[in-house]
Amino acid sequence: MKLAHWMYAGPAHIGTLRVASSFRNVHAIMHAPLGDDYFNVMRSMLERERDFTPVTASVVDRHVLSRGSRDKVVSNISRKFEEQHPDLIVLTPTCTSSILQEDLQNFVDRASLYSESDVIFADVNHYRVNELQASDKTLDQIVRYYLEKASKEGILNRSLTDTPSVNIIGILTPGFHNQHDCRELKRLFRESGILINLIIPEGEFLKNIKYLLRAWFNVVPYREIGLMSATFLEKEYGMPYISTVPIGISNTADFITQVEKLVNLWASIILEKRVKYALYVENQTRFVSQATWFARSIDCQNLAGKEAAVSGDATHAASITKILAGEMGIHVSCSGTYCKHDMERFHEQVQGLCDEVLITEDHTKVGDTIARIDPSAIFGTQMERHIGKRIDIPCGVISSPVHIQNFPSGYRPFLGYEGTNQISDLIYNSFNLGMEDHLSDVFGGHDTKEISTKSLSIDKDKLSWTPEAELELRRIPGFVRGKIKRNTEVFAKQNDILEITVDIMYAAKERPNP
Amino acid sequence: MKTLESLAFECETGNYHTFCPISCVAWLYQKIEDSFFLVVGTKTRGYFLQNALGVMIFAEPRYAMAELEEGDISAQLNDQKELEKICLRIKSDRNPSVIVWIGTCTTEIVKMDLEGIAPKVEKQIEIPIVVARANGLDYAFTQGEDTVLAAMVHRCPEYKDCKRNWKEKNKQFEVLNKESIFKETQLTRFNLVLFGSLPSSVASQLNLELKRQSILVSGWLPSQKYSELPGLGNNVYVCGVNPFLSRTATTLMRRKGCQLIGAPFPIGPDGTRAWIEKICSVFQVKTTGLEERENQLWKNVEDYIEVIKGKSVFLMGDNLLEISLARFLIRCGMVVYEIGIPYMDRRYQAAELLLLQETCKKMRTPLPRIVEKPDNYGQVQRIHELRPNLAITGMAHANPLEARNIDTKWSVEFTFAQIHGFNNVRAILELVTRPLRRCKDNFNSISYSLSKQTMPLKN
Repeated sequence: MKLAHWMYAGPAHIGTLRVASSFRNVHAIMHAPLGDDYFNVMRSMLERERDFTPVTASVVDRHVLSRGSRDKVVSNISRKFEEQHPDLIVLTPTCTSSILQEDLQNFVDRASLYSESDVIFADVNHYRVNELQASDKTLDQIVRYYLEKASKEGILNRSLTDTPSVNIIGILTPGFHNQHDCRELKRLFRESGILINLIIPEGEFLKNIKYLLRAWFNVVPYREIGLMSATFLEKEYGMPYISTVPIGISNTADFITQVEKLVNLWASIILEKRVKYALYVENQTRFVSQATWFARSIDCQNLAGKEAAVSGDATHAASITKILAGEMGIHVSCSGTYCKHDMERFHEQVQGLCDEVLITEDHTKVGDTIARIDPSAIFGTQMERHIGKRIDIPCGVISSPVHIQNFPSGYRPFLGYEGTNQISDLIYNSFNLGMEDHLSDVFGGHDTKEISTKSLSIDKDKLSWTPEAELELRRIPGFVRGKIKRNTEVFAKQNDILEITVDIMYAAKERPNP
Repeated sequence: MKTLESLAFECETGNYHTFCPISCVAWLYQKIEDSFFLVVGTKTRGYFLQNALGVMIFAEPRYAMAELEEGDISAQLNDQKELEKICLRIKSDRNPSVIVWIGTCTTEIVKMDLEGIAPKVEKQIEIPIVVARANGLDYAFTQGEDTVLAAMVHRCPEYKDCKRNWKEKNKQFEVLNKESIFKETQLTRFNLVLFGSLPSSVASQLNLELKRQSILVSGWLPSQKYSELPGLGNNVYVCGVNPFLSRTATTLMRRKGCQLIGAPFPIGPDGTRAWIEKICSVFQVKTTGLEERENQLWKNVEDYIEVIKGKSVFLMGDNLLEISLARFLIRCGMVVYEIGIPYMDRRYQAAELLLLQETCKKMRTPLPRIVEKPDNYGQVQRIHELRPNLAITGMAHANPLEARNIDTKWSVEFTFAQIHGFNNVRAILELVTRPLRRCKDNFNSISYSLSKQTMPLKN
């Protein structure tokens, strides 16, 4: 047992559900007790999703506990087929079903006899893997399943497309700025004359997976999700892949160089020519992205040598560290990730770019480290933002876990050249605000504060509050207290009441149109 | 009971969305100021809590997870030792007056004997430990509070023992109020303890309403502090303020011998009046000025009633407040198509159900169907057919329904908002009318569905 207040990565089933609900027309059935379908709320609220999240629970209750699920899971699966005709139903285990040790695979086998939907059992162990690993695993499982199925049916299409093409693997719901990143990647490839073959899992139909092998190569934009599928495809079908994350100027340039290499593998044979992206990279770097110019400008000069701390998932934390240290001359005192399973690679990535590396899932450790270092700015998750709030250090959010405000409606990619612009803004704004705060402290704070609070209370001398009423007022949460005080006083004044009692307070609350 | 038969009860599959009952931690730790809540369970519960409670996590809350790992599940580790270690740390960090262990599905399934371990650990750490099994196998959402309060009942002192303290306290109370309206004899007659967790301002509003009828509330379960739990015993009357507290009511009656006052719940002016009247009738006190007060309140909210009068509403059901809310909304002139509810205790809610029937008769609306353990999929189909003006629903369905042009209100908000007593009538209506008051002119031009599913699919 361990004492925990907070966690960075969610439980395994969340990962499976994220993959399942990202594909089109796939339904996930959780084997879980009542209340565990919280994923639906997250998706509907965080992503402001317009459609019903295709996740239902086959509820585990006392009966299931004593007699086993028996026909319940199977009938729930066939019922879901009747209702919505999904192409695939993913039976998702939770921590509860892990302990019950029911043979869910057996249910799946039985259900697939009755149901016209494909049915698979998500093969993830709640106690061994977290959300990110589970989504990687589930995506891999689905890809394998459908490739195998297609090859059995003899409809697997292995002919390469005429022009260079790519699969983007690992865009999913609710991922940190994934939708915007996806759009930016598409643009990048379009401008390089590369077709997008498939984007999985986001918005793709399973029947199209049989075309997966038509692409010339694969791209895995985030290290956490998709790597398993990509390595499988390379091993089994010889498809090369790129796992460099195109975040930041140098990473993006590196990414495009690799793209060039992979395209040219086939281009010389199929197109009988070679592609060159050097000019594209140069133009984008000089003119589309403002980041290089920003790094050169006086603004950025002021940031030189300032201290920062970075924390987040492996992909984002490593890339942001690289940008801060390598592209902006900021001193990264500490860089860390909660992706323990990817720690070797993370170490390798940030080596030489920061003073210390912190790999932990414990947010109190992160908090203590940040407090000790006392940087000018933090780049982390929502957790670090709150740590920053507590110790008065500005924070830019660069990675999940995140809140609803990190699902902006506006276009905010982190990847590619537009991404570099967004990141420049984010970094600059974080530091700048910290500076402004500091300056106003030096000069004695914002001098307007006092004026704005004065008007909260009217005619103080005439009205008096009884001790009980004051006590009651103190019980009201701080953020509405001022408003309620004022409303009560207005009400008292209107009714020529000089002494405010608890009764008057309530009467003021009851009256119409306050 | 015969009158109840005309209400139609149905029971569906129980495939509905609701919060896990451990969410009660969120409001209970704030209510009981010197408590610490320890949820014993897996990552799944922790993830739920951290997402459901959002910002509260960051305010250094007095709750935490005892996260079970593989070693705990396979019994390689000793539960008692592990819990003791964690509780000692909590003691040194926070020094609470009570630690509440919340058992979850996992502790149920692995049959962790929390009730058995607690007394031993309690002895070791010298802090009382209360065990509540608030798990999703048996309960829904607000029923979590019910399990915690039922467990707390056993920790309340015997009424006889605290009688003397109580008298002293009253003296202080009288001094505070300068004039004493209560005589010694009367005080002993009204041994009234109210149960249900309410924000302290709402609790004191209800106290005040009863005081106006010269009934003094002698205590609340839960109290603001664990050390101030009310005295219970044979001649103590108890009355619930929330519809989901049936276990607590049963425990109070059976284990402490308290007399339960079965009343409608003080939600809405009609409910509040009926609640007070019922309590007064038990104590044989003649009520004064209640009718005027109720009428005045209806008058005060005329502007809101205008918005919802004649409109229809569909309650999908997830927090057990549904019957009381529906009854109030019918009295406001709304038509209720369906009342979904996770669990319906017809005995504990008998008075409320009766009032619902009377209200329907009075307002001349047909009795709504009450659906226990609803099936959300079926409900959504019914919502599409009936097209109610408002659906009161959980967050999982709110946005998708809005995209299909059905106005919704999150049901969770009713759990967290102040809705009890005469003073909060506007607050309920504020919630109910909000989706209907939004500027509709802008929306009318887009009368088509904004759902992506209904758009023609590519391929």
